[in-house]
Amino acid sequence: MALLEVKDLKVRVEEREILHGLTLTVNEGEVHAIMGPNGSGKSTLSHVIAGKPGYEVTDGQILFKGEDLLEMEPDERAAKGVFLAFQYPVEIPGVATMNFLRTALNAQRKARGESEYSTPDFLKKVREVSKSLNIPQDMLKRGVNVGFSGGEKKRNEVLQMALFEPSLCILDEMDSGLDIDALRIAADGVNALRSPKRAMVVITHYQRLLNYIVPDVVHVMSRGRVVKSGGKELALELEASGYAQFEAA
Amino acid sequence: MPAVQETVERVKRIDVDQYRYGFETLIESDKAPKGLSEETVKFISEKKNEPAWMLQWRLEAYRRWLTMTEPTWARVDYPKIDFQDLYYYAAPKPKKTVSSLDEIDPEILKTYEKLGIPLREVAMLEGVEPKVGEEDPARRKIAVDAVFDSVSVATTFKAELKKAGVIFMPISEAIREHPELVQKYLGSVVPTSDNFYATLNSAVFSDGSFVYVPPGVRCPMELSTYFRINERNTGQFERTLIIADKGSYVSYLEGCTAPQRDENQLHAAVVELVALDDAEIKYSTVQNWYPGNSEGKGGIYNFVTKRGDCRGANSKISWTQVETGSAITWKYPSCILRGDNSRGEFYSIAISNGFQQVDSGTKMIHLGKNTSSRIISKGIAAGKSQNTYRGLVTAHRKATGARNFTACDSLLIGDKCGAHTVPYIEAKNSSATFEHEATTSKISEDVLFYCIQRGLSQEEAVGLVVNGFVKDVLQQLPMEFAVEAQKLISISLEGSVG
Repeated sequence: MALLEVKDLKVRVEEREILHGLTLTVNEGEVHAIMGPNGSGKSTLSHVIAGKPGYEVTDGQILFKGEDLLEMEPDERAAKGVFLAFQYPVEIPGVATMNFLRTALNAQRKARGESEYSTPDFLKKVREVSKSLNIPQDMLKRGVNVGFSGGEKKRNEVLQMALFEPSLCILDEMDSGLDIDALRIAADGVNALRSPKRAMVVITHYQRLLNYIVPDVVHVMSRGRVVKSGGKELALELEASGYAQFEAA
Repeated sequence: MPAVQETVERVKRIDVDQYRYGFETLIESDKAPKGLSEETVKFISEKKNEPAWMLQWRLEAYRRWLTMTEPTWARVDYPKIDFQDLYYYAAPKPKKTVSSLDEIDPEILKTYEKLGIPLREVAMLEGVEPKVGEEDPARRKIAVDAVFDSVSVATTFKAELKKAGVIFMPISEAIREHPELVQKYLGSVVPTSDNFYATLNSAVFSDGSFVYVPPGVRCPMELSTYFRINERNTGQFERTLIIADKGSYVSYLEGCTAPQRDENQLHAAVVELVALDDAEIKYSTVQNWYPGNSEGKGGIYNFVTKRGDCRGANSKISWTQVETGSAITWKYPSCILRGDNSRGEFYSIAISNGFQQVDSGTKMIHLGKNTSSRIISKGIAAGKSQNTYRGLVTAHRKATGARNFTACDSLLIGDKCGAHTVPYIEAKNSSATFEHEATTSKISEDVLFYCIQRGLSQEEAVGLVVNGFVKDVLQQLPMEFAVEAQKLISISLEGSVG
């Protein structure tokens, strides 16, 4: 079943059109990779799906589980199961990671009409999840991402993904700023979350990440459109031949 | 407003009796005529049954005040106050009794709910006839000296405090019952000639709290005062005096609310703290007076003089304030570090939204040897407000080994507000060590979006980020105050973004 349907999406930022009619369908259980050069509109797509302010949708549609996503506030989208793992997770000084996780999780549950987690239940859950991701408890006591290494920040994103259990995960340039070991740890975390009910959209410049998170479908974006789609072998092909062939189009 | 069931209930009960006891005259006539003159000062003094020396003290202050002009150096802008167009004294009217919470303005109830004050306490505060309610023994005891309008109508927990030898009573009573203490200390920290507003207060102060903690006594409970302004056009002139004798300790909480109204209200309080050898005073304030409406109309003018004197060696005074209300705030809780090895602290959160103007900070005056001070100030400006930190750190010639650390951080929300930092630093001897750090930052769209993407609403996100920003100061507040202050901060910033 189609989880995410982007239909002929046109998006402007300050009078300049970035996406010129993008179409993409992601089914439950699938992992899609979106590749493309700088400025092709990959991050714009992820931001528009998540609802970041500053983008104007001039045409087209985004359906999530059949509902019009563009009609929803960004926090409603989160509660419905849209999760964006940020390329550069922000620091929030003075807000303990543990407190942040609980506030966010309970806000989502409340929005869905579910009961909020009690402190002991929450602690139990967060311990379980962080243990499976090899995240030390002491990291959870620090301010959100404050003084975290690049690897820790990405692991914190994966931790939230595991905790919030979204049905759509968008990973924006997860490999940026990570060394090979940190990348492997983060990718292992992501792979553990693959499930038949959950879809993932992995945005990346490089094929390297896709050695760790193997996609079902690969899309190539150029100048605000999907110009080619294929299986995982398409990524390898791109690695060899580069994006130049699409730039001319 | 750390409202605790049992204390509020007691206040409520005493309220009526005390009122009958103290004010048998007709209520309507218990208001001084409009304007300020020697007659007004005499009227107030007479109402309070004050001894002659007190009247004399007031009159001297009044005559001095006539020669003074309003200070204009603060970064606040407001229409000129007509001091002859104000009432300077009003005794409380009996509260209108309502039979159920349904009769109370739903807006007010909403605010109480947001502050997390249980409804049974709201019932007390709003004057709903008390029903037999269950006590909540888990909460810590707080003694409340309630100030409704200008007269302290009740003081609770007197017995227990008496056992410890602590004196906690309205200052009007202390003037009659403990004249030796009042005469010795009143005006000894903030002299009657100190500044325009302090002098005005000295002439017309209506009431306030008096605390004396005897040598070696650790006050057995937090002392707390509620301030409420109910009378239209009535200036509030509170006077508080706290004395911690040698080796004693006291923590005092002050919280304020005021109902909405159109006219500006003048408030000029004076607070004096005296800490003798080895004594410690911790003074915490949560201030959320009416800040004016969305067009900047109305709101309280708050011109406060708060000063602590670390008179004895090894004494310590700590000010913690959460300022969210008032249209104009002009307030600099300060410490005079007179005793050797004495220590002063100032922790402040000042939030301005809408059209609020805040000019607040502190003075740390190092006079004794090896004195130390610490200033942590967090200013948050939103809406069209202006938020200024103004601070003075000074070391006297003889204050060898003086140390100060200052950190001033400002956070801007939106692009129509302003944050300003005006530090004055003076070291008159070469052994002083002063450190000053200051930052100004904007609340970042990226940080807000990150929080919202995780499921928080815009307002929850702002509240979370701001509470993180002020965490260092919140930690200085007593527990129940901290919880309320945290909620208050979020409420104060509602509608500040988007």
